[in-house]
Amino acid sequence: MPELLQFLFSGLTVGAVYALVALGFTIIYNASDVVNFAQGEFVMLGGMITVFAHAAGLPLLLAAGIAIAATAVIGVALNKLAIEPARGAPVVSLIIITIGASIFLRGVASLVFDKQIHRFPAFSGDAPFRIGGATILPQSLWVIAGGVAVFIALWLFFTRTLTGKAVLATSNNRLAAQLVGINTNWVMTLSFALSAAIGALAGVLATPITNTSYDVGIALALKGFAAAMLGGMGNPKGALVGGILLGILEALTAGYLSSQYKDAAAFIVILLVLFIMPQGLFGARQTERV
Amino acid sequence: MSDLLRVENLGISFGGLRAVNQVGFSVKPGEILSVIGPNGAGKTTLFNMISGIYMPGDGRVVLNGDDVTGMRPDLLARRGLSRTFQNLQIFQNMTVLDNAIAGYHLTESGSLLADLFRLPGARARVRAAREGAMALLARVGLDRAAETEAGSLSYGKLKRLEIARALALDPKVLLLDEPAAGCNAVETEEIDQMIAEVARSGVAILLVEHDMKMVMRISSHIVVLDHGEKIAEGDPATVSRDPQVISAYLGTEAAEAADA
Amino acid sequence: MRLSPRATTLLVLAVLIALSPLMFPSNFYYRVGSLIFMNGLAVTGMVILIGYAGQISLGHAGFSGIGAYSCAIMPVQWGIHPLLAPLLGAAISALLAWLVGRPILRLKGYYLAVATLGFGILVYMVLMNEAALTGGPDGITVADSGLPDLAEAAGLDLSNSQFWYWMSGLVLLAGAWLALNLYDSPTGRALRALHGSEVAARTVGVDVARYKLQAFVISAVYASVAGSLLALQNKFITPDVAGYMHSIELVTMTVLGGAHSVLGAVFGAAILTMLPQVLTVFAEYEHLLLGLIMMLVMIFLRDGLLPSLMRLIRGKSE
Repeated sequence: MPELLQFLFSGLTVGAVYALVALGFTIIYNASDVVNFAQGEFVMLGGMITVFAHAAGLPLLLAAGIAIAATAVIGVALNKLAIEPARGAPVVSLIIITIGASIFLRGVASLVFDKQIHRFPAFSGDAPFRIGGATILPQSLWVIAGGVAVFIALWLFFTRTLTGKAVLATSNNRLAAQLVGINTNWVMTLSFALSAAIGALAGVLATPITNTSYDVGIALALKGFAAAMLGGMGNPKGALVGGILLGILEALTAGYLSSQYKDAAAFIVILLVLFIMPQGLFGARQTERV
Repeated sequence: MSDLLRVENLGISFGGLRAVNQVGFSVKPGEILSVIGPNGAGKTTLFNMISGIYMPGDGRVVLNGDDVTGMRPDLLARRGLSRTFQNLQIFQNMTVLDNAIAGYHLTESGSLLADLFRLPGARARVRAAREGAMALLARVGLDRAAETEAGSLSYGKLKRLEIARALALDPKVLLLDEPAAGCNAVETEEIDQMIAEVARSGVAILLVEHDMKMVMRISSHIVVLDHGEKIAEGDPATVSRDPQVISAYLGTEAAEAADA
Repeated sequence: MRLSPRATTLLVLAVLIALSPLMFPSNFYYRVGSLIFMNGLAVTGMVILIGYAGQISLGHAGFSGIGAYSCAIMPVQWGIHPLLAPLLGAAISALLAWLVGRPILRLKGYYLAVATLGFGILVYMVLMNEAALTGGPDGITVADSGLPDLAEAAGLDLSNSQFWYWMSGLVLLAGAWLALNLYDSPTGRALRALHGSEVAARTVGVDVARYKLQAFVISAVYASVAGSLLALQNKFITPDVAGYMHSIELVTMTVLGGAHSVLGAVFGAAILTMLPQVLTVFAEYEHLLLGLIMMLVMIFLRDGLLPSLMRLIRGKSE
């Protein structure tokens, strides 16, 4: 039993990171129908900028704040410079653009920073808590709390604030939203900023546990997208549940089957889910219009 | 003569909204059956169910005596059902000629290896399809545009190209979704004549059209839909006198037509 | 006389392959040339998948990996003749593409991209982890195919680089010939039709799933053969040949030159293959530039470099 509990703890931790990436996907997808393959780079930037700001002598909290703000700016720039000029392009073009952006950001990070593996100290030390024979790091609790907090904040934002409702209206019908006076360009800017900031936050929270380097983004983007698909594309609740399920699944595979193929197992299950229920756990069924 | 296409109690819902409910009718070879009704009455949805693009929620579609309900469109094409679309589904990335040749897919295609190695059999089939396509393009007046990119054609020409492509299948049943939309009076007249001609050759035609003059002129039979339900049916004269039809739909247009 | 686009493309390619060596300052350029042809071959397969059928794959390097490792593993460990290995590799790639493609190609757009990406990563993981068979991350040596010796016995006095230059040039020509044949064939038309409108393709009788699968399998065979050629020339291979970055490079080469034409895509392959070989400074900025090229081409030259250039030239001459 303690073994299972241990796997669940580690699964919850990585799952919360995947959930944050998936939430980031969801925000941009809802606002623009674009799946941003560079989402994982936001996580990488969050971690790397914090590492280097902290190493330059800034206090950790300030370094993290700078990292999140800087990544949000990069997210907005991505939208303005690469996504907006390609509005209306075929999906294949948009895929190539956002993958290009991810490789570009990765290349920039390897030049501006370096190609080493980094970490910074955990927020509340490294002394693990013991629960039912298993252990959990204080930083894991930070990650899980971060995932839940972002989800609740997003839920409040989308249901209780006028701005949030404007974003939802834009995702439902861009033209109608424009007609009722919503500035959809601004909604896009906001969505990319928010999404990038959430990604960076995930990087800040997870780096003390998982470490970071310039090339961690692609794997995270893939997992985050898988989590979003599992939960149902475009649904924040699905992103949260999908992320955590995926994390647990991976941890169980690594624990009981093979740690080398944990990524493979998660991926195969995602494919199965896609074929059995392509709309995911919470997604709406789509009908093609002709 | 027996029915070529029979639709029985067809219905579908989208997220709790009943889009089409209990609609039935039948078409014989050489007949032109028009489905009319206000916007949102469910005409295109009905077409999409018949042509296998939507899976009907309930009811049956019977083609040539066989139940083909919810069958894939490509299999329906093999059975002789062909269609055009309200909002154009042209192969924009291809030339006008290639669009028309694509209509000959079922007779043109053979084995992959023959295509890869350009074997004489494949070349002969392509040649035959190309000749047929050129003849069809000439018939709809597009032969001079054969080598242009389809995407650059005007709306009216694209409508005609779609009809040519649908005719290339040599269909037994032809579904035309607003073939005259966006066409001027002269073009409408031409399409009108073409449809009548195709029907005379023994094809059963199902037509959705907003141009009431055209509908009244060429239909052998009319089905009126409103809010997804069939509210009237009969020959043009009967339908145009039906009080329910006039109140639901024809009211304004019939008055206009009478004034004109 | 006016040549068909098909004949023109073949002629241009043949002339470039035959005459380029006249300008080579050293033997090294034969190697660059052969790399261009190998990438060009894989990219010609991508033209069928992306340009004709409008489907995307972010995992095709996986098939290159299978082709390459077949040449390394089969002769040494299973005693299969070295010349049979590329063919068997292509057959395995085709079979795998068929098995994987059947479920995966039901997906569209982003979902298809992620599913193929995942497939590529799975292949890569197997190559990395099954070290007993594949040599793991360190790579594996490839037994000599005996082909250059055969050529020498036939009286052709060629260095290894020269031999593979001509060999891969010929294979590229053959691959281009097949792809061009396909374009104006019923299959090619069905592929282009489902690219333009899947719904309309269905209504004219195109079995969309079957044709997508055909394009996927054919392009997998191209990638596999390209991988085999690379392994045979290098005589050494690492899992990177199946890696994510290689898959992305294949897609980028395809769209850079122009995914709708074989010549355009080969042009893209030539540019992206030459840059890091000729400009060594490029190595440091490889990712950065690759990403930048992907974004810029898709934003400003969506049809690719070659069609845009042609339009410019025609625009000036008219």
